[in-house]
Amino acid sequence: MTVELMVNGHATRFEGESDTPLLWAIREQLGLTGTKFGCGIAACGACTVHIDGQPARSCSVPIGEVAGKAVTTIEGLKSPEGALHPVQQAWIDAQVPQCGYCQSGQIMAAVALIAKAGKPTAAQVDEAMTNICRCGTYPRIRAAILAATGQAAEASPQPATGAA
Amino acid sequence: MGVKRRSFLIGAAAIAGAGVFGVSYADRSARRAAMGATVKPGEGGFAAWLKIAPDDTVTVYSPTIDFGQGSHTALAQMAADELDADWSKVRVEQAPALPGFANSALVEGFGDEMGHGMGKHLPQAVLSMLARSAPIMITGGSSAVRYTGQIAMRRTGAAARLALIEEAAHRLGVPAAELTTANSVVSHARSGRSLRYGELAVAAAQRTMAGNPALKVPKDCKLIGQSPARLDIPAKVDGSAQYGIDVIVPDMRVATLVMAPVRGGKLESVDDKPALAVPGVERVIRLDDAVVVVAKGYWPARKGVLALAPKFSDGGHGALDSAAVHAAQDKLRAGDKADNSGGSGDVDAAFADKPHTVVEADYRVPFLHHAMMEPFAMTAHYNAGKLELWVGLQDPLSVRKMAAKAAGLSEEDVTVHTTIMGGGFGRRFPEKCEIIGQAVAVAKQCPWPVKLIWSREEEFTHGSYRPQSSAHLKATLGKDKRLTAWRNDYVQSDDAEQETHFSYQIPATSRRHFKYQSNQNDGPWRSVNSTQQGFYNESFIDEMAHAAGEDPYQFRRKHLAPGSRHLAVLDEAAKRAGWGSPLPQGTGRGIALVESFNTIVAEVIEASVDPDGKPRVHKVTAVVDCGTTVNPRNAEAQVMGGIVMALSVALDEEITLDKGAVVQANFGDYPILKLADAPPVIDVHFIESGAPMGGIGEPGVPPAPPALTNALFAATGKRIRQLPIKDQFKPA
Repeated sequence: MTVELMVNGHATRFEGESDTPLLWAIREQLGLTGTKFGCGIAACGACTVHIDGQPARSCSVPIGEVAGKAVTTIEGLKSPEGALHPVQQAWIDAQVPQCGYCQSGQIMAAVALIAKAGKPTAAQVDEAMTNICRCGTYPRIRAAILAATGQAAEASPQPATGAA
Repeated sequence: MGVKRRSFLIGAAAIAGAGVFGVSYADRSARRAAMGATVKPGEGGFAAWLKIAPDDTVTVYSPTIDFGQGSHTALAQMAADELDADWSKVRVEQAPALPGFANSALVEGFGDEMGHGMGKHLPQAVLSMLARSAPIMITGGSSAVRYTGQIAMRRTGAAARLALIEEAAHRLGVPAAELTTANSVVSHARSGRSLRYGELAVAAAQRTMAGNPALKVPKDCKLIGQSPARLDIPAKVDGSAQYGIDVIVPDMRVATLVMAPVRGGKLESVDDKPALAVPGVERVIRLDDAVVVVAKGYWPARKGVLALAPKFSDGGHGALDSAAVHAAQDKLRAGDKADNSGGSGDVDAAFADKPHTVVEADYRVPFLHHAMMEPFAMTAHYNAGKLELWVGLQDPLSVRKMAAKAAGLSEEDVTVHTTIMGGGFGRRFPEKCEIIGQAVAVAKQCPWPVKLIWSREEEFTHGSYRPQSSAHLKATLGKDKRLTAWRNDYVQSDDAEQETHFSYQIPATSRRHFKYQSNQNDGPWRSVNSTQQGFYNESFIDEMAHAAGEDPYQFRRKHLAPGSRHLAVLDEAAKRAGWGSPLPQGTGRGIALVESFNTIVAEVIEASVDPDGKPRVHKVTAVVDCGTTVNPRNAEAQVMGGIVMALSVALDEEITLDKGAVVQANFGDYPILKLADAPPVIDVHFIESGAPMGGIGEPGVPPAPPALTNALFAATGKRIRQLPIKDQFKPA
């Protein structure tokens, strides 16, 4: 079957089986590999994208269900001029990523949260940010979200060191 | 080029290597081949590890891979600091998988340690893999910065700087002693003349490099000890970073597979028609213990696999389950015939000598999965007797060697492109990675390049797990409430003696290893044996403090050497955590101290138990003495991340066996700690003791589980002796 949708602002046509997860259409047909495969069962969030502005785990969304919708991936977050999204910049400022594999999904989840909540409370962050990070970057994810929403002066400054 | 250059790094490594492993590692022609692959006309290459371009760009080639630990940036800092390079023009790239990039510094570093009798701090699993896989480019043992950085990167940077000065002195006709360097420029203050590194590099690279250049003392370092932003992070926030699973090559196919559920089982039969009926499926390939479906994309390949009903044997392990593993371990230990032992003094005599107090306890920990976020993926293309591979594993040269053997080719006919990795934590040692043989076998049967991706289900059920392990601890107190003897009898696959460190001063200690091997593929897991040994020792010393009626922090203090780094770390952690200050009702504080990879870490955790039995961590304080930190902000991230991972392990993680097969098949069955349960406060503090540099990727892990269970004991009076905690606090 043929599915037409918008991806990062571009009209896109997908040819293939309608049960193909959006994740694999994005990665293998469009070559947008920033959206990651983590588990295939919507448990880890590495594949998080936005569908009509809402966060979605694309490994578990059949392409047939997104016909006519607008999908944004990590590659679509930058401005048309190529400037980083403020959340991406906050991720750099807070030095969040380690292996980085989950971070596309984390950033997409955070952008959706901030779009909805403005200045999210700690409880809202806890509730919305359910993506798995095996490197354990959660403290800096929290710091980056607060910094991106003007709720922290400085994200994760250099740790204190001292002589023995 | 390079004819006059002394390959000083190789020479040093060959000496250390010959003593340790009986092999030499590389020769001058290998170095030349390495630089031939990286240094372009107009650039100057130095000992293969770095090159300087005409525009002053410095490119550092890292032999160690990146799986998130940030050592690429740290290595570049170390080379650039000694070089006096302009940091804004420093890049770091993964060194190609060529013998000239074999990581001689690693061998030298481990060799030095062994030569100084410090080999017992080394992970046996890592060492044995080193010995098998030379020449090596391995990343492991928290070794990148302390060995590769300290030895190869700093020396190369310093020697290259001296060569640049010599060349500048020659051109300016002034004594080298009158020249200074900064920001990639050599300057002659008296005449006001200067030359950029980019102008000097090609000729400087022809000069003989100093064999043993002086390195900077800490006060002169401009980059070492600072926290420039990691060079890899920009590509990790905009989706452009390319992991192994992201590789796309022309005309590529995608494959996935199903393996024998019971490790050791073999494929008996499979009807491939249901898979071939799936649109997009092109091949079904039978391997010895797996069936691979090759298709136009991952989804049809996965559907093809799910359509199959292969029959596998169980390799004779069909009766094994987790309870049987425990029973077998208990039986082994009861037999009292240890396979390995360590310690000092006469424990048996001390036990027999009417001790004032005797305490014994049994501890258990389960198999653990690495659960790296990127499932295994490897692309292989076999064409006309040549094999090309794209993959991210911990030792690119071993990948090349293993793939060549699997393909029946010489190593020169195999090219390995090393990608960054979505985590590893010990899972990506090539020797533990069946995907190499699988991808090669598939490539040899296909006319296209094929990217083989393991589903998360296969990745979970075919791990190289932290071994399931158990221990019986016994210790005695004298009348003065001091420990007189300590025995740790543990059962697991590997001997932990070579690697785990016991910090306390006790007249008689005994550690006995009873070897038990299940059918599972055991492997190194972040901090290796220190995970379980740290839990055993730091839980049990808490029990002994309780038996002595003493504060667990003070009790530890009394058994540490006065003036030692261990004592300083413990004291600093207690001080920063406010040890002894009042806590809310129901909240307890626990402390633990573990040295691993030559880094000493103490952690204090504040925790309580919710009414529904769920443990809650309120605060973690960590104090770390790794000698010197190269990039403190990244070191902090490594320690914080290690703590989060370790708490996840302590709370909920467990791989179990049923009928010989792993039960947990995805994140739904193996809960990993999420942001909401991450401690709201993790305070990490470094003590810059100036001691020889220790590792930083792993040592944050071991103290966290015992610090947590000790805190929960303080809060509730209930001692946890089996991990994970899971529902052990659930109200009956």
